[in-house]
Amino acid sequence: MSVIYFLLSLSVIMGTLFLLAFLWNLRSGQYEDDYTPSIRMLFEDKKPSNPDNFSSKT
Amino acid sequence: MSATHTHIATTCYHCGDTCKPNETIFYDDKPFCCNGCQQVYALLQENGLCEYYTMEDLQRISQKAEVKAEKYAYLNLPEIKAKLLDFSDGNIAKITFYVPSIHCSSCIWLLENLPKLNKGIQYSRVDFLKKQVSVSYLEKTTDLQAIVSLMAQIGYEPYITLSDTEKAENEQKLLSQEQKQIIAKIAVAGFAFGNVMLISFPEYFGFDSHSEGSFRKFFQYINLLIVLPAFFYSGWGYIHSAYQSLRKGIMNIDFPLALGLIVLLTRSTYEIFADIGAGYLDTLAGLIFFLLLGKWFQQRTYDILRYDRDFKAYFPVAVSVQTTEGTEKQVPVAQLKVGDRIIIRNQELIPADSILLKGEANIDYSFVTGEAMPVEKVLGEIIYAGGKQVGSTIELEVVKPVSQSYLTELWNKDEFQKKKIGQDAAVRLQNFLSKYFTFALLAIAFGAIVYWLWQNDLARAINAFTAVLIIGCPCALALSSPFALGTAMRTMGKAKLYLKNVAVIEQMAQIDTLVFDKTGTITETDKAQIEWKTIQQELSEAEKIAIKLLARNSTHPLSQQIYQYLTLELPKEIEIQDFEEITGKGISGKVENLWVQLGSAKWLAVEIPSQDYHSKVFVKINGQLRGYFLFRNSYRKAIAILTQKLWNRGYDLHLLSGDNANEAPYLVKYFLKNEKMHFNQSPHNKWEFVKNLQKSGKKVMMLGDGLNDAGALQKADVGVAVTENIAYFTPASDAILDGSAMDKVEGFLKLARKSMNVIKQSFVISLIYNIIGLSFAVQGTLSPLIAAVLMPLSSITVVAFTTLSVKAKARSILKT
Repeated sequence: MSVIYFLLSLSVIMGTLFLLAFLWNLRSGQYEDDYTPSIRMLFEDKKPSNPDNFSSKT
Repeated sequence: MSATHTHIATTCYHCGDTCKPNETIFYDDKPFCCNGCQQVYALLQENGLCEYYTMEDLQRISQKAEVKAEKYAYLNLPEIKAKLLDFSDGNIAKITFYVPSIHCSSCIWLLENLPKLNKGIQYSRVDFLKKQVSVSYLEKTTDLQAIVSLMAQIGYEPYITLSDTEKAENEQKLLSQEQKQIIAKIAVAGFAFGNVMLISFPEYFGFDSHSEGSFRKFFQYINLLIVLPAFFYSGWGYIHSAYQSLRKGIMNIDFPLALGLIVLLTRSTYEIFADIGAGYLDTLAGLIFFLLLGKWFQQRTYDILRYDRDFKAYFPVAVSVQTTEGTEKQVPVAQLKVGDRIIIRNQELIPADSILLKGEANIDYSFVTGEAMPVEKVLGEIIYAGGKQVGSTIELEVVKPVSQSYLTELWNKDEFQKKKIGQDAAVRLQNFLSKYFTFALLAIAFGAIVYWLWQNDLARAINAFTAVLIIGCPCALALSSPFALGTAMRTMGKAKLYLKNVAVIEQMAQIDTLVFDKTGTITETDKAQIEWKTIQQELSEAEKIAIKLLARNSTHPLSQQIYQYLTLELPKEIEIQDFEEITGKGISGKVENLWVQLGSAKWLAVEIPSQDYHSKVFVKINGQLRGYFLFRNSYRKAIAILTQKLWNRGYDLHLLSGDNANEAPYLVKYFLKNEKMHFNQSPHNKWEFVKNLQKSGKKVMMLGDGLNDAGALQKADVGVAVTENIAYFTPASDAILDGSAMDKVEGFLKLARKSMNVIKQSFVISLIYNIIGLSFAVQGTLSPLIAAVLMPLSSITVVAFTTLSVKAKARSILKT
């Protein structure tokens, strides 16, 4: 049963790590704007190919 | 219909407006309505940003207004730049702009691609909800003027004021910092609460104390280790605050809370080390967690809105001054001296009281005095600060520095600066109650210790004493008002009344008098009722068409309204010749054989009685006066119902207007008696009026919209700024009301009163829990398990009761 010492310590340490990760997120401002990134991720990185091709396709 | 359109009406590739046939500019085989639009296209094309035009939800911004880079020259003045920049090390500078025109995802895309348009910009990032753009740039490569004029050119002119940059900005930052810290504290407390509770389960369900005694100790030490940061980091604020207020001789609700926390920790630690029991560590962690949650809920406000704007936010940052050599120079407004010659262009604001030297002044004071029509001024006349020039460029000589101007003086009054008392009134009831509560608690605790000592049972005496302080800890009591008021504030926000903080609700609950401003508050801006009055000979169909055509060509608001008022169809083939617009006077043009003039009485040399203040647009056709369009204020539809409801409920209503008494006959049906309506009120009059009402014991809610109401808004118990768009400027106030929610004002007041009732009811609930707990405690039989169940249970009951009942009340009151 002494494995409980190990498991309990481990679970508390892991929990603490997640807590620290959250605090770090908070400090670095990741929760300040929770709307814009959802739009930003949808932008295409590439330019659409030659505008002439683009129009001829449609 | 659309088929006939296509060959005449082409839409601009950039802004999507209809291009006028003769003025269409073709560039890169694409049609553009104006130079501005074509230039933006060229700029985007050159930098490979044409993807902008293929975006799905593109909502276009026209670029008809020309952007002059000189307009922003003041941004490079060192003293202004220093105030605007967030950061600068001489090489890299950072700045945050407020850009009201951000409205869709293509805006974000374009603004975040600024570095492609100006090589000096390193990066730019948009916060969509706050409508802010953060830009960092190389100071050697580019400057603020270049960046701002680039943004203005592509249609995103930042809104730059100095008050935003100084105190308000700092307070805003402080507030968000505080908010962040509360969340961090909640995280730590929540972590402790969850883990300690889990680890305490074996204790509650029974260890086999002999075989697993070493586990038990291990579990208890881990619990203690987890709770310590929650106590010293998350819970420390309560102990600090209790100590601070005790030193000032005040006993607020933090005192019994802090007492409870300290007793919980010391008794638990003692029990663990003395090997008596497991202590109440999960109760401690839960207590801190719930308390902080309540605090966070109460403090969460609308960080997009500003409630503390003063005149500086409305005034320009800098103004053009004519130097002795005859050149123009940009000077910060605060540095204007008496005797400076300033140059004011169309739509610019006059920043200081000054004398008109040159040009034709047509001053629009609507924002300052509430007067709807621009006023003409003659040379040598004094023009008060706050007016906006409409028409040609004028030259003025400053006679008073900005801080001593007629309008700005208001803000420099001592009385004005004073913060209103009762800012933290929301906790008044709570503090009043907690004072008696604390005394009762201490009396019970000492009563218990005396009784058990008399019974000669020392261990039980200490047990009962500490248990009373633990279970008496008014956690639920402390949660009831944050959750009730926080919920009320948020439901009001959904119905478009945005409160500055929860304290306003308690003020609202006591209101018995409402004071309304007229222009912009009970009238709808930019919407007037129009009537056509014939002076001579009815208009024929062809003449009406000519007038409509003429009106279409002008961007003046009155022309636009005339255009909408005349509902007949325009034939496609008719053209206007010799169209001319004289700003501030009128428009003229030739349609076939009709020579049409639309304009002011003075311009068309019409004699009008001097007592007539209604806005009128006169019409001359072929030099003959035919009649005029009469513009009357259009009142919000909601006003009739709202005033009726308010009178029925026994509220006292007043009207305070900076305008003349012309509309009194129309308004009397809303305000019932003539003596309730006060016209020609200066900003100072308004302020005094509210003050006098308060002197006679009234609790006043003031609804206004302009700078002229700012004094009264500040003075009133609840100052409500009414606006059509919450992103616009609003004067300092306690709450911001969207004009469309005007009809709900009576409901908001009712909801405020009901919310206060809910708080009182929840006090009773939490007291019942306390009494149950205390009955265990005084007997010295409070087990950790009972405490661990009772504390979260009472908190959750109170939170659920307050939020649900406020929501239910709001649903029945605010539904329309």
